[in-house]
Amino acid sequence: MASDSIIDWSKLTWIDPPTMGRTELRDVKKAIDGTFRDFTRANGEWIEAIFDPLQSFLVWFEKLMIATPWPLFLIVAAGLAYYGSRSWKLALITVASFLFIGWLDMWEDTMATVAMVSVSTMLCIAFGIPLGIWMSRSDRVQAIVVPILDVMQTIPSFVYLIPVVMLLGIGKAPALIAVMIYAIPPIVRLTNLGIRLVDKDTLEAADAFGASKRERLWGVQIPLALPNIFAGVNQTIMMALAMVVIAAMIGAGGLGTPVLRAVNNQYLALGVFNGLAIVAIAIIFDRVSQAFGKRLQKHREGGHGV
Amino acid sequence: MSEPKVQIKNLYKIFGRKPASMVQHVENGMSKPELLDVHGHVLGLNNINLDIPARGIQVIMGLSGSGKSTLIRHINRLIEPTAGEMIVDGEDVLQMSDTALRDFRRFKASMVFQKFALMPHHTVIENVRYGVDIQGVAEKEAAERAQRWLERVGLKGFEQHYPAQLSGGMQQRVGLARALATDAEILLMDEAFSALDPLIRTDMQNVLLDLQEELHKTIIFITHDLDEALRIGDNIAILRDGKMVQSGNPQDIVLRPADDYVTDFIQDINRARVLQVGTAMSPATKKCDGPQIPHNTIIEEALQTCVDSHSETATVTKAGKAVGSITLDQMVRAIARPEAVSADDANYR
Ligand SMILES: Nc1ncnc2c1ncn2[C@@H]1O[C@H](COP(=O)(O)OP(=O)(O)OP(=O)(O)O)[C@@H](O)[C@H]1O
Ligand SMILES: [Mg+2]
Repeated sequence: MASDSIIDWSKLTWIDPPTMGRTELRDVKKAIDGTFRDFTRANGEWIEAIFDPLQSFLVWFEKLMIATPWPLFLIVAAGLAYYGSRSWKLALITVASFLFIGWLDMWEDTMATVAMVSVSTMLCIAFGIPLGIWMSRSDRVQAIVVPILDVMQTIPSFVYLIPVVMLLGIGKAPALIAVMIYAIPPIVRLTNLGIRLVDKDTLEAADAFGASKRERLWGVQIPLALPNIFAGVNQTIMMALAMVVIAAMIGAGGLGTPVLRAVNNQYLALGVFNGLAIVAIAIIFDRVSQAFGKRLQKHREGGHGV
Repeated sequence: MSEPKVQIKNLYKIFGRKPASMVQHVENGMSKPELLDVHGHVLGLNNINLDIPARGIQVIMGLSGSGKSTLIRHINRLIEPTAGEMIVDGEDVLQMSDTALRDFRRFKASMVFQKFALMPHHTVIENVRYGVDIQGVAEKEAAERAQRWLERVGLKGFEQHYPAQLSGGMQQRVGLARALATDAEILLMDEAFSALDPLIRTDMQNVLLDLQEELHKTIIFITHDLDEALRIGDNIAILRDGKMVQSGNPQDIVLRPADDYVTDFIQDINRARVLQVGTAMSPATKKCDGPQIPHNTIIEEALQTCVDSHSETATVTKAGKAVGSITLDQMVRAIARPEAVSADDANYR
């Protein structure tokens, strides 16, 4: 009886590998969908309630940025760029890029995107660095977390949009979660790696002088892992930006929305303009965060004299 | 001699998956290569017993892989032993709680490392302060103490440099200042000068000897270089394959090497610079002329004195009183390289 076994023997040939019977397969899928749908119905509300503050915060932050007078925004942006990189050139490029974006009438979408990327990066740092530290201290935790990160990085993003949307619907919060799933692995990995790579001799010296666990972590491990941690932050920002277009499908808003519209309607110019705006933001974020990371390791400069 | 500062008793360290069960084999006389072949465990230390007196320099030497680093790391318990005791000032370090051990490392024993192990992200002065800050010393005093030690090792003016900007010799001065700044009574030095080139190394040995003259710390100094050991050691212990094959003062080691391993070690040393006239003289029976030489003068200098005074013999004195006499011939014989020891002599000690 075909329906009693897990393999449909009647279809077995040397060409096609054994498969589950068609009805059984449908039942399995139905069962999974049904279970998850029931779970959403039962728990959707309180889960949504948890993410409500996040949603409101994002909306508030985006509105704040849009409501900010543009000259003030430019001053703040230039200031941050200069603080991060200590480079007037980069500050100037930042101002020019944003002016150009405004001139092409993409200001509001850009603000939405910058808000989304900033908030998701900050959350990735807030969760990713502690997780990375925890991983670096325990091989067990590392053995569990690494495969999960592998899956998060390789699974097509569209696939996890489905459960996120089923659970939280369309909106800023689910979009933010999708962005975070995509962007958090590098910061976790590089924090873990950075701490594990800290010179054993230096750590031994800390131990030999009686450093406590905390003094060891904050005085030696984190500072010496900072270049790697910063490489992680940089990659996380880049990945968050890359996810912006896809996240627009589930309500992220921002520059991704016009890009999707352009794809659907074959508006070449619209697509290119918004795409270039994303590139401009990416370059600014990348250069500033890299320069900041470099500045944190001035001790690496060799040679004599200060 | 009073109570030893550090007492190492029946210390075993075996590396591997089940070290505790291996102690029995080692006690039954299994050697390091056998243990590795038969049981896949590395014998790090094999029943070490050593009393280290206070306020002296105890040298531990041996070839690479003989267990020197392993042994010194047991003293402040950077490595846990497989069995044994490590008594410092009457207290077993190996029984200490985490907090007690931390305090021991903060206040009682500090360490200087072969590869310096400075904090690359801290400036020179911050590095010197490292141990002091961990002790919880107030800001003002910590700054003063660090500055004082930095100047004491001759690095004034380099406060704000980073370690990467200094030469090896200067980096190790920082390492030394960092260890001294904690005012710990015990100084652990694991091949502290081995990474330095010969001139700088002699220089650092002088720095250490000068400091020791006024500080009188209990220094445990590891080296694989016998000349260095003889130069600075009050006592020398020699390790081979994790076992201590001989321990004694430099004269002992040179005059009565315990086995072929030690004999090999002392083959190429300059005996005239180590041996003292007291070990080569004839006891005072007859009165003799010639210059007066204190018994602890090294033969190299005694020879020079005799040659300068055109004298064939000299009177050896101890605390101003004549205790014996020595001839040029005796001195020359003392510094000639001895023949290899026979099997019977190898059981000395
Ligand atoms: N963590 C470890 N696991 C296994 N074996 C070890 C470990 N640490 C040291 N050993 C072994 O113990 C022995 C002694 O090593 P140790 O580092 O103490 O030698 P050493 O005398 O300091 O040598 P060197 O002059 O090269 O520094 C060596 O055979 C080494 O391979
Ligand atoms: Mg060593």
